[in-house]
Amino acid sequence: MALLELHDVSTYYGSIQALKGISLTVDKGEIVTLIGSNGAGKSTTLRTISGLLRPRSGTVTLEGKDISGKPAHEITALGVAQSPEGRRIFGRLTVRENLEMGAYGRTETDLTADFDRVFELFPRLKERVDQKGGTLSGGEQQMLAIGRALMAKPRILLLDEPSMGLAPILVELIFKIIRDINTQGTTVLLVEQNALVALSVAHRGYVLQTGSIVLADSAKALASNEMVRKAYLGEG
Amino acid sequence: MKREGRERRLAIYLAALIFVIAFPFIDKTLGLGLLGKTIPVALFIILALGLNVVVGFAGLLDLGYAAFFAIGAYTVGFLTSQASKLPYHELDFWPAMIVAALVAGIFGVILGAPTLRLRGDYLAIVTLGFGEIVPLVIRNTPDVTYGILGISPIGTPQFALGDAKFRFGIDSLPWYYLIIAIAALSIFLTTRLRDARIGRAWMAMREDEVAAASMGVNLVTTKLFAFSLGASFSGFAGAIWAGYLQQISPEQFDFSVSVFVLCMIILGGIGNIWGVVLGGIILGSFDRVLAEKISGGVHGLGDLLGINALSTFDVVQFKFAILGIALVVLMNVRPEGLFPSRRRKAELHAGDDSIVEEHQAHETLYDKGRT
Repeated sequence: MALLELHDVSTYYGSIQALKGISLTVDKGEIVTLIGSNGAGKSTTLRTISGLLRPRSGTVTLEGKDISGKPAHEITALGVAQSPEGRRIFGRLTVRENLEMGAYGRTETDLTADFDRVFELFPRLKERVDQKGGTLSGGEQQMLAIGRALMAKPRILLLDEPSMGLAPILVELIFKIIRDINTQGTTVLLVEQNALVALSVAHRGYVLQTGSIVLADSAKALASNEMVRKAYLGEG
Repeated sequence: MKREGRERRLAIYLAALIFVIAFPFIDKTLGLGLLGKTIPVALFIILALGLNVVVGFAGLLDLGYAAFFAIGAYTVGFLTSQASKLPYHELDFWPAMIVAALVAGIFGVILGAPTLRLRGDYLAIVTLGFGEIVPLVIRNTPDVTYGILGISPIGTPQFALGDAKFRFGIDSLPWYYLIIAIAALSIFLTTRLRDARIGRAWMAMREDEVAAASMGVNLVTTKLFAFSLGASFSGFAGAIWAGYLQQISPEQFDFSVSVFVLCMIILGGIGNIWGVVLGGIILGSFDRVLAEKISGGVHGLGDLLGINALSTFDVVQFKFAILGIALVVLMNVRPEGLFPSRRRKAELHAGDDSIVEEHQAHETLYDKGRT
């Protein structure tokens, strides 16, 4: 059974249909990426999974359990953590407080092991632990957003555009860490506009176009697919 | 360093505590006659602490706070007054006070549940409306509330210690200690809430609702809790107000009370508990004591200089004008309030040099990546 499954999901903003019956699966231990251009519905898909939006039709299931339409805080409690688009870190809270908020839904009080794990992945955050989130650089904020989501000890991590606004060398670093996180056992659903780098770390991928999935294949196959190369990898 | 700071703070708390406890005796010895006036001031502090939970911690702008104050006062009126039209109205003051806080909290939930999905300005407008409606309803249902005549007298609390019985009557002394104790309890309670899990959730929610929801914060219940908790603080204060004044009528609870309490928070420093307490003391005593004194001073000055306009100038009448000017000046000079919470200060001075420098002092990873 897939860890996460979307079946024929449609989501609307008011009367505008953003997702037109999307179906996809993420298996345990995978990195699955969702690529597509601006406005294709990538973030909408993540928001529908995490409960920030409600699907109008179709189902979202987590290990066979229907979670569609549940409020965001309940879905988080079930083990779905999200590093949202634009990072949305708490700018006036310190790095430590941001990370603590990530573990808000958990009942354990001893978070030492989780802090250690995040600091091991992102040594930068350890150096900045008492600094306000808003004073971090873009790359550090992205690290914080991912670290914060990891503090929830999620079964599946949803990452929304982790490469956005970052220098190429940082993008490389962040994606290397995403692969490390996955190797350590966390399943990842990755939404990216930067198809090249996304396909280089993912196992499988889906291509989204104006609210519909137009291609689904292994990352390798997608990277060599004619249409993908033309549309998203900048090759003419 | 840290330890020294803590010791110093403890010393300040202790000095303040001793002063507060000894105040009635100081007042009596010096013949100041201020004791009666401190009671509304202390009550304002309790109101301000409650509103601070709603506005300062949770970031929900509530402009109808006085409505809950009225609900608390009238609940006690209905339950304890001989004039009450309820079939049962012989309840003791103490349980009535608890019921008043509960009823106000329930009204908070009733108002909050449908409206807390609104944000910012919209919530302000809805609460403003509620604040107007409650006194109007009281005014226009004389069969129940006696309308503008109000309810009087209210049941007074009694307190027995062994054989000795204390009756809270005309004498301000027992009231003083009661209200001071409740104010101290309110300070303790709101401090604990701020530092608790729920306090974190409020803070996160105030920063970014979407991100807070993604962290697992239940926005609806978290907001509702802040809102109804603030409401029950207000109801509690209303109950004491009714018992102390022995007479309640709708005009005591109009919009100006909500605004006045909000001003205390803004003046003192939104979100900072001790700032809010000081804001309450400053504005409360200005309202109840200082305006009169200043008026006397201005008259004296006018007489001395032979300026007739000054001799007859009544500061009390211009109280709100003075308050307004003072607030405008303050908001320009020190927008974070007199005693801001560190967080709020950082937010309002984000462009200031100190923080920019602090940021630059740390070489950012992004810079490193480019070089």
